[in-house]
Amino acid sequence: MNIYEEDILDHYENPSNYGTLENPDISYEEDNPLCGDQIRMDLQVEDGVITDLRFCGHGCTISQAAASMLTEEIKGKRLDEVKQLSKDDILDMLGIPLGPVRLKCGLLALKVLKAGAYGLKGWPGEEDEETE
Amino acid sequence: MHAQPMNNSPNAFDVEAIRNDFSILKGENDLPLIYLDSAATSQTPDCVIEAMDAYYRTYNSNIHRGIYRISEEATAKYEEARQQIGRFINARRSSQIIFTRNTTESINLVAYSWGSANLREGDEILVTLMEHHSNLLPWQLLSQRTGAKLRFIEITDEGVLQLDSLEELLTERTKIVAMTHVSNVLGTINPVQELIAAAHAVGAKVLIDGAQSVPHFDVDVQGLDCDFLAFSGHKMCGPTGIGVLYGKLDLLEEMPPFLGGGSMIRSVQRESSTYADVPAKFEAGTPAISEAIGLGAAVDYLDNVGLEAIFVHEQELLEYAHQKLSEIEGITIYGPKPRQKTGAITFNLEGIHPHDLAGVLDTVGVAVRAGHHCAQPLMQKFGVIATVRASFYLYNRLDEIDTLHEGLLKAQRMLTRRRR
Repeated sequence: MNIYEEDILDHYENPSNYGTLENPDISYEEDNPLCGDQIRMDLQVEDGVITDLRFCGHGCTISQAAASMLTEEIKGKRLDEVKQLSKDDILDMLGIPLGPVRLKCGLLALKVLKAGAYGLKGWPGEEDEETE
Repeated sequence: MHAQPMNNSPNAFDVEAIRNDFSILKGENDLPLIYLDSAATSQTPDCVIEAMDAYYRTYNSNIHRGIYRISEEATAKYEEARQQIGRFINARRSSQIIFTRNTTESINLVAYSWGSANLREGDEILVTLMEHHSNLLPWQLLSQRTGAKLRFIEITDEGVLQLDSLEELLTERTKIVAMTHVSNVLGTINPVQELIAAAHAVGAKVLIDGAQSVPHFDVDVQGLDCDFLAFSGHKMCGPTGIGVLYGKLDLLEEMPPFLGGGSMIRSVQRESSTYADVPAKFEAGTPAISEAIGLGAAVDYLDNVGLEAIFVHEQELLEYAHQKLSEIEGITIYGPKPRQKTGAITFNLEGIHPHDLAGVLDTVGVAVRAGHHCAQPLMQKFGVIATVRASFYLYNRLDEIDTLHEGLLKAQRMLTRRRR
């Protein structure tokens, strides 16, 4: 499995919903200090529904393609629905397995979304798991 | 089957014979492993794996305790490893070799034990801008504990130490100079001999981070006259989990213990204790026994191949890598030219994130490191967040650099098409 599938490269080169919103209801930005990937996400929300959104930033193909795919996925969805999105949903969108280092790149957009929309600060999928 | 002694003749260096000593390089996977990340961790020759295996299979027992055959054998082998490593760096006595987990722990030992006992407000600690975080954070912490000031030797745009301000930086206030022998990012070989002499002239002690030098060329602690030398087993054909601190005997003897526990005592009362002599004073608890024995086997292996021959071989690889990679349009190579450095070439390709470069190289079987290399102040100096580093060791071949070159061109074709 090649992590540089055409689909990922297409999203990297021609990202969906790229840019910023003029008056976003939610705007949040975060970077991954390990590699410098950086993503900002602007959301417009009406009656709990994401009616419009943009992302911008820079970084590796995985971080930017995942952000593009995520914006396509959540546009028009309810915020409480979007809250349920997990690490596995991102991996499904990307369609490739990711090693532990690249996983952080893949999850950066979701982290930005969750921190901006719900104040959740951890890396999605890296919650301290019970060992029982 | 191990590489035969090379009689110090670079012409006798037989890379294929050496590769045969490393099971992992025999290419039993779909893609051959083109391992260009030895500065992070080196591959382990079969003789080292066998030495550790023999401990667990035939004489596994704790050391310095048992009055029975296999414990005596384990103790003898563990202490023999200390002797081998002492000879390898030309320590006067084997008791100057303290086993730790790694370079990081060795440096922390000095910063906590020697540093806390000897530094106070108004004193200064001198480091360089090219330190690995492991030779920076322990001194930052010491500075915060004691109020001593941390100062930096800057580096030039070419990635070598800027020594014209040394006189201003190195004064009677300087109590310790902690510096890397070889930069883990740039491969720069620092003029440590001169700096040690200059530091001693103002009464400062010197700790050398030898993590990237001891594996690659002859480091003679008596010749250098360093006060401390720290290095790791896993970057010199040994296992992980074992490192070394060398120290001058008088310093080690007057230093207070670092970790307390079993093995490091002479006698223990309810409220206080007296401590064992060095090196036991600094080896509390059951150590990494098989790993120490493995490191002993590793230095024997390196001795047999010959460090001089290894250095010459690496220079040849570096010259070729510089020549091939310089041909690539949009490449920036950081650090000095070959001959002033060893082991590593660090670069970026314009418009491509280092993670993506490493990711595409992985698709052609090439393992390199991408990131900040635990040297963020150095990255800041060059104005980058991350770079790609290819690093070499005795088992690398020239044709592996061709594959690296092709992989970089592939990445360029894939990733610099129509990006906004």
